[in-house]
Amino acid sequence: MLAYLSLAAILFSIGMFGVITRRNVIGIMMSLELMFNAVNINFVAFNKFIVTDSLLGQIFSAFIIVVAAAEAVVGLAIVLLLYRNWQGINSDQVNVMKW
Amino acid sequence: MNFQLPEIHISLMLPELFLFIWALLIITFDVVTKRKNEHTVGYLALLGLLIDGAILSVTGYGSGFGNMFFNDPMALFFKVIFLGSAFMAIASSFGLMHQKIVNHRGEFYALILFSTVGMMFLSSSDELLSLYIGLELTTIPLFVLAAFFKDDRLSVEAGMKYFVIGAFSSALMLYGISFLYGLSGTTDLVQMKINLAITHLTFKDIGVILSLAVLLILGGIGFKLALPPFHQWTPDVYEGAPTPVAAFLSVGSKAAGLVAFAKIFINGLYAFYGAEMAPNDWGRLVGVGAILAMIIGNVVAIRQTNIKRMLGYSSIAQVGYIMIGMVSMNEFGLTSVGFYMFTYMFANMGAFAVVAFFEDKSGSCQISSYRGLSKTSPFLATSLTMFLLSLAGIPPLAGFVAKYAVFAAAINMATSGVAYHWIFWLVGIGLLTSVFALFYYVNPVKQMFFSKEDSPYKISLSAPAFTVVLIGLIGIVLFGLYPDPILQFASQISASFGFLPH
Repeated sequence: MLAYLSLAAILFSIGMFGVITRRNVIGIMMSLELMFNAVNINFVAFNKFIVTDSLLGQIFSAFIIVVAAAEAVVGLAIVLLLYRNWQGINSDQVNVMKW
Repeated sequence: MNFQLPEIHISLMLPELFLFIWALLIITFDVVTKRKNEHTVGYLALLGLLIDGAILSVTGYGSGFGNMFFNDPMALFFKVIFLGSAFMAIASSFGLMHQKIVNHRGEFYALILFSTVGMMFLSSSDELLSLYIGLELTTIPLFVLAAFFKDDRLSVEAGMKYFVIGAFSSALMLYGISFLYGLSGTTDLVQMKINLAITHLTFKDIGVILSLAVLLILGGIGFKLALPPFHQWTPDVYEGAPTPVAAFLSVGSKAAGLVAFAKIFINGLYAFYGAEMAPNDWGRLVGVGAILAMIIGNVVAIRQTNIKRMLGYSSIAQVGYIMIGMVSMNEFGLTSVGFYMFTYMFANMGAFAVVAFFEDKSGSCQISSYRGLSKTSPFLATSLTMFLLSLAGIPPLAGFVAKYAVFAAAINMATSGVAYHWIFWLVGIGLLTSVFALFYYVNPVKQMFFSKEDSPYKISLSAPAFTVVLIGLIGIVLFGLYPDPILQFASQISASFGFLPH
């Protein structure tokens, strides 16, 4: 079980690193997907090894996959808008507002 | 493993189902009439919210869907807030329709309704899976709404920032939830409270994982609430998003975050509040967040020149005050949180509505462009003044009673034992920063009333716009002078957590 949890932790860290350092918005979205999938591995591993009397962890991960897909749809639409308004999808350019 | 179908009480879910179907009908109606229906579709959305309020008032308490859906007084109280803020947001967006989104009225109103359904669903969940679904159903329509002006760079930028931060925060929260599931073996929050306490007593070394889970979940919900240090997106999104959407974000989405916070922390992690749980004590973590919120929100708001940005920072500060009530975890604390949120709805939605009407006419959100407004549109200027003073907490308006209730609850808790003396710090900083708050809230008032020249804009209100301002005014004045019914109603909230100290 430790192997699964470590895999999830590594994936999650890679995703988090990607979200923070990536400049390309598509890259940020890919990193977000990595984070969601790390959570899925966690849920399935806990379900398999600790909570064996129900399937809640697996159901939860199925829900996460669906919601992440819905989120990606909206995200990609926003990326399209970015491209139309800025002719590029680097998050560096998108800084009209500053404090 | 044996599967049996849990008992389904579909009637408990009637308000959510009705609103969902109504939103679908609105889109259909908009398409069928070939989008040539002026304001009809907006009035339909308002009518739907009113009918939904009536349905809500006859829906009883109880649990269905195998405890996944749970109607209790807290859910009812917050559902009223969600419906109210959606009503005021939709009614204040009628002028917006003329300018920019003439072709997408149906989608705009339907998305607000979908988001409201998500919030209502969230407030009825007593279980992490349905809580997560509700939270996502709340935020995904809001991503679209924030980026609704497709050709406006500000709006698209706001949408992008809100999307990245929102998705990131829900990933953080999910990772935390997965650890809670692993530690407790359940996603039911009441069961989790018991299981976690047992696990904690049996194995003393779950501390590290639990701390990680608490931090991750706090981060995730902190983003939704704009609780520092997770607040950086707030002013940008509020400035860029369409004004009614910013208003809805600041009240509806914030109330949803509060419900999620109360459910996870006060229900699921109840055992880990208090000094003896030192590394896992979430009370102090949230307390530090609240202090940062009050200081950052109130101080940075002073130098803002854009009124939407200023209201954004002010909403960060308000979260700080609300969180004081939340961490002083006695019965009166939760009552004060509910009451604060209720009055905050009237004052903030009203202020944003006035800003929206002014923006429709003048196209500007700069505080300096409000100069001399009291001479050309005295009613609007007076009502904006009232809303801002209520936000600042000036008696006899409702904001004062709300702040008083929060501080009273905190002092009550702080005096109950040495372990809770740190709450005095929250009260002290809260009182101190309230003074700063007065400074920037009065700035637009000064521009409107104490200026020699007349304003070039004369704003006449349409019927729905007038209704919104009137509702806000009645709310802050009536519940300022006569807060008892709402306090009575809010005091039932703590019955949802039937184990709090008095």
